[in-house]
Parts: sequence; C-alpha cells; structure tokens
Amino acid sequence: MQRLTTIKNPHQEIQLITNRVIIALVVIICSILLLVARLAYLQIYKHDLYTTLSTKNWLDLVPVEPTRGLIYDRNNVLLVENIPVFSLDIIPIQATNLSKTFSELSKIIALNENDINQFNKQLKQHRRFDEIPLKLRLTEDEVNRFAENQHRFPGVAIKARLIRHYPYGKSFSHVIGYMGRINAQELEEIDSINYSANHYIGKLGIEKYYEDDLHGKVGYQQVENDANGKTVRILKEIKSTPGKNISLTLDIGLQLAAEKALDGRRGAVVAIQPATGQVLAMVSQPGYDPNQFVLGINQNDYQLLQQSPDRPLYNRALRGLYPLASTIKPYLALAGLDAGMIQPNDTIYDPGWFELRNHTHRFHDWVRYGHGKVDLNKAIVSSCDIYFYNLANKMGIHRMDAILTQFGFGSLTGIDIEEEISGVVASPEWKRRVKGASWYDGDTINSSIGQGYMRTTPLQLALATSILANRGHHFIPYLLLGEQIPGKALMPQPPMQLNVITLQDNHWHTVITAMQNVVNSPRGTAYRYGHKHHYTIAAKTGTAQIIGRRGNRDEIDKQDDLQEKLRDHHLFIAFAPVDKPTIALAVITENSNTAIEAARDILDYYFGSAE
Amino acid sequence: MLIDHIKSRFKKPQNDIQYRTIWQYLHIDIFLFILLLLLGMAGLFILYSAGGQKLRLIELQMMRFILSFLVLVVIAQISPITWQRSAPWIYSSGLLLLIVVLIMGHVGKGAQRWLNLGIIHLQPSEIMKLSIPLLLAWYYHKIHLPIFFKSVLIALPIILIPAILTAKQPDLGTAILLLIAGGSVLFLAGLSGKMMTSFLGIIGIAIPFCWYFLHDYQRLRVLTFFNPERDPLGAGYNIIQSKIAIGSGGLFGKGWLNGTQSNLHFLPEHATDFIFAVSSEEFGFVGNFVLITLFMLIVIRGFTITVNAQDTFSRLVAGSITLTFFVSFFINMGMVTGMLPVVGIPLPLISYGGSSMMTTMISFGILMSIQTHRKLVTT
Repeated sequence: MQRLTTIKNPHQEIQLITNRVIIALVVIICSILLLVARLAYLQIYKHDLYTTLSTKNWLDLVPVEPTRGLIYDRNNVLLVENIPVFSLDIIPIQATNLSKTFSELSKIIALNENDINQFNKQLKQHRRFDEIPLKLRLTEDEVNRFAENQHRFPGVAIKARLIRHYPYGKSFSHVIGYMGRINAQELEEIDSINYSANHYIGKLGIEKYYEDDLHGKVGYQQVENDANGKTVRILKEIKSTPGKNISLTLDIGLQLAAEKALDGRRGAVVAIQPATGQVLAMVSQPGYDPNQFVLGINQNDYQLLQQSPDRPLYNRALRGLYPLASTIKPYLALAGLDAGMIQPNDTIYDPGWFELRNHTHRFHDWVRYGHGKVDLNKAIVSSCDIYFYNLANKMGIHRMDAILTQFGFGSLTGIDIEEEISGVVASPEWKRRVKGASWYDGDTINSSIGQGYMRTTPLQLALATSILANRGHHFIPYLLLGEQIPGKALMPQPPMQLNVITLQDNHWHTVITAMQNVVNSPRGTAYRYGHKHHYTIAAKTGTAQIIGRRGNRDEIDKQDDLQEKLRDHHLFIAFAPVDKPTIALAVITENSNTAIEAARDILDYYFGSAE
Repeated sequence: MLIDHIKSRFKKPQNDIQYRTIWQYLHIDIFLFILLLLLGMAGLFILYSAGGQKLRLIELQMMRFILSFLVLVVIAQISPITWQRSAPWIYSSGLLLLIVVLIMGHVGKGAQRWLNLGIIHLQPSEIMKLSIPLLLAWYYHKIHLPIFFKSVLIALPIILIPAILTAKQPDLGTAILLLIAGGSVLFLAGLSGKMMTSFLGIIGIAIPFCWYFLHDYQRLRVLTFFNPERDPLGAGYNIIQSKIAIGSGGLFGKGWLNGTQSNLHFLPEHATDFIFAVSSEEFGFVGNFVLITLFMLIVIRGFTITVNAQDTFSRLVAGSITLTFFVSFFINMGMVTGMLPVVGIPLPLISYGGSSMMTTMISFGILMSIQTHRKLVTT
C-alpha cells in the first residue's frame, strides 16, 4: 500500500512475473516428481501385485464336463446313453426386461409357473452374467419356433447339453440306478475339482458304484473374459477324459423276460451264472422310470412313487427280506448227510405233526394227515416238514447255521452295488442281541423249515442256489463284465471264487437228484412246472407265510379268498442244466403263487434263446 | 530470460526484419508446433488401442485434430493487441452463452454442458477457460502491478460467477479449471503471500459448505478418493481398475493393443478421462516418462514465451494458459493414478473428444500469436 504509484514500471513488472513464473516452475517440478514417484510406486514397486490383480480380472478357468461312460449289457446292447436335450437359457445381464421376456416367450414356448419360480430361485444364486436355464427340455417344435424369433429375445439362447437317458426305463431301474443332482452330503465327499463342471452324480446302483469310472476326468479351458464375464477367446484347453464305457453281465433278453414273467406283480428275480458268479438278470418289481430323476424329479411325481402301496422305489432284489421257507431244506439235508445224522434211505414216519420231548406243543406238517413214511428224497420232493423237524432236533441250531452261513446266507454277497443288506441267519446269540430273548428249542424247529427268524434277500437266495449248482464252489456275484476299450475285445473281469464247500460227491448227488424230482415227480411240489422242456432242472419251492396258520394246511386252497396282501409269498429256486449248470435262479412272488410259472417262462426263454 | 540469453548466442542479432524465419512469417512457433504435433499423434496412437481399435473413432478424432490445428494457425495470425481489445466482449458473450446453456442447454451425459450448433457442440465453459484470463489480463494490464486488495476484489466475481455456473451444470472439472485459469492470472500479477494464504483459508472453511452444494455423485467421488475399496463395484470401481491397469503395466508395459484392462472393458471411460491408464498399461513407466516429458516440454516452452512476452497483458495471458494446461494434465494424471479425487478433467490432446481439444489448441494459438507478434527490437 505504501508503494502506490501511478507510473507503470515495466521493468519491475517483468521482474515480478518472471519471479512468479520461477516459483510456479518450482512447484510444477515438485508436483511432477511426485507424480513420477507415484507412477514408479504403482508400476515398479507394486507391479507384481497389480499384475496378479489384472490377470485375475481377465483370466478364467472354465471346467469342461467329461462325457459320461455308456453302459451296455453283455451282448453289447446299449442300456444307458447320453442324449442331447435343448434347454432355454437366459443371461440376466443381457435380457433387458425379464418379466416381459417371460410373457413374450410363453407365447411360443410352453412355460409354467414352476419353470419361472425355479428360474427366479436360481437367479438369486448366480452371477448376473451366468447362463441360467429357464426350461430344461424343449421339444423340437419349440426349438424351431424360438430359432425363428430369437432376434426378439436378447440374452435368451438355446443350449444343447447331454443328459443321461435310460431307454429301457423301469426294466433296469433297480440295477443301474439313476443320476441326480449332487446334494450337500455328496458335495463334501466328492473331489470338488473333478466335479466342477457337473451338477449330477450317480445316485444308486451301477451308476453310483461305478461313478468314478463312468464319470471320467474333468477338462479345462483357460479363457479370456471381458468385464461382463463374457468369454472372448479360448487360450488353452486341457481336454476332458470321457468316462469308461462298461458292459454289464446282465442279459437284456433275460432281464426283460424275467420282468415279463413277473407279469406286473410285486416280486424279484435274480439269475446267476454259477460257473462265474455273473448276474444274468436282476429284477425288482415294480420298478420306476429312472429318466424322471435325471433332471430332477418334481415333488408330485416323487410323492406318487413314495406313497404307492407297491413301493416301486424299494429294491426287493437286494433289500427285500423274505423267510427262506422250504428252500432251506436242501441245505439242511446236505448238512445232515455230512454230519452222518441221516442216510438217504433212512425213513421216518410222518403223522402230520411233531412234538418236542417234554413239550405238548405240536408242530404240524403242511399236509394235515402227514406224508406217512418219508425218506430224504421224499422229504425234499414233497417238502415234508416233519422230516426236517426231526433232523433239526438232532442237529441243533448251530450246525444248521453253519451250513447256511457257508451258502452265503446272513452276510453280504459282495455284489458290486451298494444297496444290498445281509439278511438274517438266526442263532441264540442273534436272538439275545436283537430280540433280547433266549432261544427255545421251538425256534430251532421253526428255523428248520425256513420260518421263524430266518431271512434272505432274493440275491442271497440265488447265490446259494448257484453254490449248490456248483457243488460248493462259491463265486462272488458281480455285475461288471468289463470295460469297453475302443478297438479292443472286451476283457471280462475274472470271476472271484470265495471258498469251496467240500462235501462228499454222493451227498451232492442225493440232494440234487431229489431237487430234480421236485419238478419231475408227480408228487413234487413243482410238478406243475411242466415237462415239455429240453433242459434238465433241479428246483425247490418255498411258501413264506404272512400270517401264522401252521396246522391247517387245507387253507392253501382258500388263499384266493384272502385279502391280496395277506396271501403267502412264494419262493422258487432252480438251476439248469443239472449236470453243467449255466443258470441258477431265484424267484420270489409276493402274495402270489406264480413263482413256478414265472420261473418256467424265464428258463424257457433262457434255453430257447441260448440255442 | 536465461533461454533468451542462450538463444542470442546462436542466432544472428535480429535487428532487421529480413532475418525473420519463414515460421515467423506464418506466426507459428515451430518448437511448440512440433511438440503439439507429437503429442497429438501419440494421442491418436493411444486412442486407437483405448477406443477398441475402431477406425471410425480415430477418423473422427483425427478430423478434430486437423480442424483444431487449422484454428490454431488462424488464431496465431491475430495479434495480441486484438485479443486485448476484444477481451471484454469475449468474456461477456462467453458468460451469456453459459447462462443460455443453463436455461436451454442440450442434455448430454446427465449434464447440461453443450450448446448444439449443428456441426459442433459448443461448450461455453470451455470458452470461459480462455476468456477469464483474457479479461483479467486486460484489466491488470492497465493498472500497476503487483495487484492489491481492490483489484483482487474486482477479479473475484469475474472468476467465481462462471465457475459457479459451470459447477452447477454440473461440471466440477471445468469449474476447477476456471478457478485455476483465473487464479493463475492473480498469482502471476503478484497476489501477495498473505492473500494467497487467506484464500486457501477461505477455501478450507468453504469446503463443508461446498459439500452441501455438491451433487450426490460428486460427493461419492470425493468419498471414493479417500477410500476406493469402500465400494469396489460401484464408485470405487474406476479407480481400482485404473490402478490395476497402471500397476500391471510395469516398467515397459504390455505392449500396444495388449492392454487387457482396457481392451476387455474392465477400465471404464478408457477412451476419455481414463486414457492415461491405458497408455500406462501398454507402454509402462518408460512410456509414461516420455509422455510426461512431452507435456513438460510444452509447459517449459509456454513459460519461455511468457517470460519473453513484451507486455503485461501478453505475459499474464501466456502464463495463465501455460499454468492451466499444466494443471489440467496434472489433475488428470493425478486422478487416474489415485493421487487426486476423480473430477472429470480429460487429458489434454489425448482424451477422445472435441471441445477440450479445440480450446487447448486455441490457447496455444494465442501463445504462438504472443510469441510471433513481438516487435523484434533488441534492447
């Protein structure tokens, strides 16, 4: 203020501005040094960190789902395949208006509320740029209609994917099982890397047991993504390894014949090749359509299956527990012969009842007035109960259990499916443990005709028959014939022999001859099997009672009057041909006495087609 | 002054009009011209990659570039005296346009900035970037320097009215540049240290009030500056991705067209405000160093012209133009590297867009005019 002067001083002004420019230049240079330091910090000092972040931004590993292995029967007939289905997928970030898209789409594609609800549920769980399926199975018409209108639907696309398909549906459901969505528990057990491209896994049967082989190995694509998550290009690819194609020991023809023979009734059939243990047929009826489960079964259909009185989801062949009934008799006869407690020609007198010493309770024969004089042959042919009451009384439960255990009863057969259960060979120890009660002599007597606590699964029944047919050679039953390697002949799995029951040849001969007579003798319980067949057959029948009515066997004739569910279960075991058996069979028909007829159909088919 | 001394050693004494070079006839400062050309070409080069290798984009930008250069040459022909005389008219018409834009402006990108004149979009706030220093220099040319309280007080509405109007548009970036353009004239005209500190003090007090006037998105940007990770997918996304782009560039960069951050669209605004991140990613620290050197050479040349100018008006205008140019590229680089908050200031001559390129070139035209219209009389 003091230097106020009206005269402009150019020199002083030049000096002033020059000074100011120098000050500005100093500040500018400091700022630029700061900026350069900042850049050096980011680009040199922190370079590695930002390189990692940048790479994480755009580089993505996309797992590639391996193609699941196919399943064939022993004759190379395809039982399980992978078929393409077309699904309608939506990428939410690209679809401008979802509710409008839905209403427009529903004009050309049948959409129900369930589809949209499912979609909205998944929408919350996915990123905005993920493909979310709206409808899983489009018909060919729908695919065509959509293709014509695609331009109207940004962000909506049809995607083809492979799904499991079971062309024979119900026929193999209990053996092969099915695929389903991986659940929380499975998620913890599986190798999460190998399943990173899959949402589905084998749930039951072969699909589950051979999951590792069928699944294959996941592949990877290293892809470059843009900021919207859209793949720009594939940089590197590690191909997935497809799952193994496998052949089963099952014979499609026999399986279908067995299914047909059961004629829609509840029951089970298991057929085993005695010389190897290969399972030729395994039917549990009724079955269910495994295709329903492939993309997730809806609640209604599942409830229908679960609540059906015929229990279609119940695998009778592996988990059904039935009394052995009279099919136990050949094994007990073998044990008696081996122990020297009976001779083939020794006879007993059967008055129609049996009494334990010091007891007044009478155990009745299934024929009211008895069979009269009975030797071993007649005891098996006519299935005489009194003969075996006497034998059991002599032998005791432990000796009986020993032979049954040797024939595989009471323990898992070791078949290559997980669901099987072990059945029961009742013993005093077992009764104390499970029932908390002591063993009575009467229990032994009941056990001798396969009633009481004795329980078998159809598979065990077939296995025991197979061991019997083999004269003691026990092969573990199995379903996997081998892996199919392209260009190579199928190498069948070697059979696995567990042990041999060594008995005298003539004992085998005696019992097996008697079993032949079960079919051939007019007095045989399976005489109605018929005789116009060109193969030799040894068999045994069994009748498992639902309600205890032992004592008044005339009621057999009244079975038709009983409520269906209260009728007896019928069992039938057989093997053929007798000298060199190629098939051992167990048939169980629930609440129906058609087991013999069913077996006839099955064996006729088998030997008819074998020639 | 120093540079002049050095120059005088190598040049013949220019006491005769015959010794003028061809460039001086054309009123072109060849040093500045070459620098601008280099920078502009580097800009096109970077933009080709940043803009997704779209030739159409490059064509458009090249047309703007050529047009701006032509305008620069024309502007350089006009003598500083003319600029000085017309300064009040330029300022008042600029202010008028700014008000017009506010009332009936064309709505673009959520902000009323453009006046659609058919062929070009006129951005009056850009005009103000030049007309504020012109008017202030016109005024200060007449009085004795250094300036004192009264002349500072008169300057305040000249600067603040257009700045506030621009901030209202809302265009915080240009508003800041208007303050810088005006403030730099005050600074060069000898604003005392006391007054500078009191101004800074007033600004410090005013910030909470300004906060109240800021738009939501502007507040968000400031908050984001202080903590970009606050909202990594929202407001902080730009700055995080920008830092990733710069950092991953390293010493030598990923190579031209190989920047993943911009080519795969992780980096928003990569052709406009954030183009520096693209060049940092593709050309690395070394490329940045070259680019910054080019910018700095222009600044140094601008100051040389300032110091060499022959009257107060020219000096103030040249100095203000140079300072404003520096501040605009420094703020842009500072915000892209995360040193400064994100304000929408493009990188001059590099960022895609016409309005700011045109004003930048006009201002350099004025610089050339100042440089080449000197009365060549040796003292």
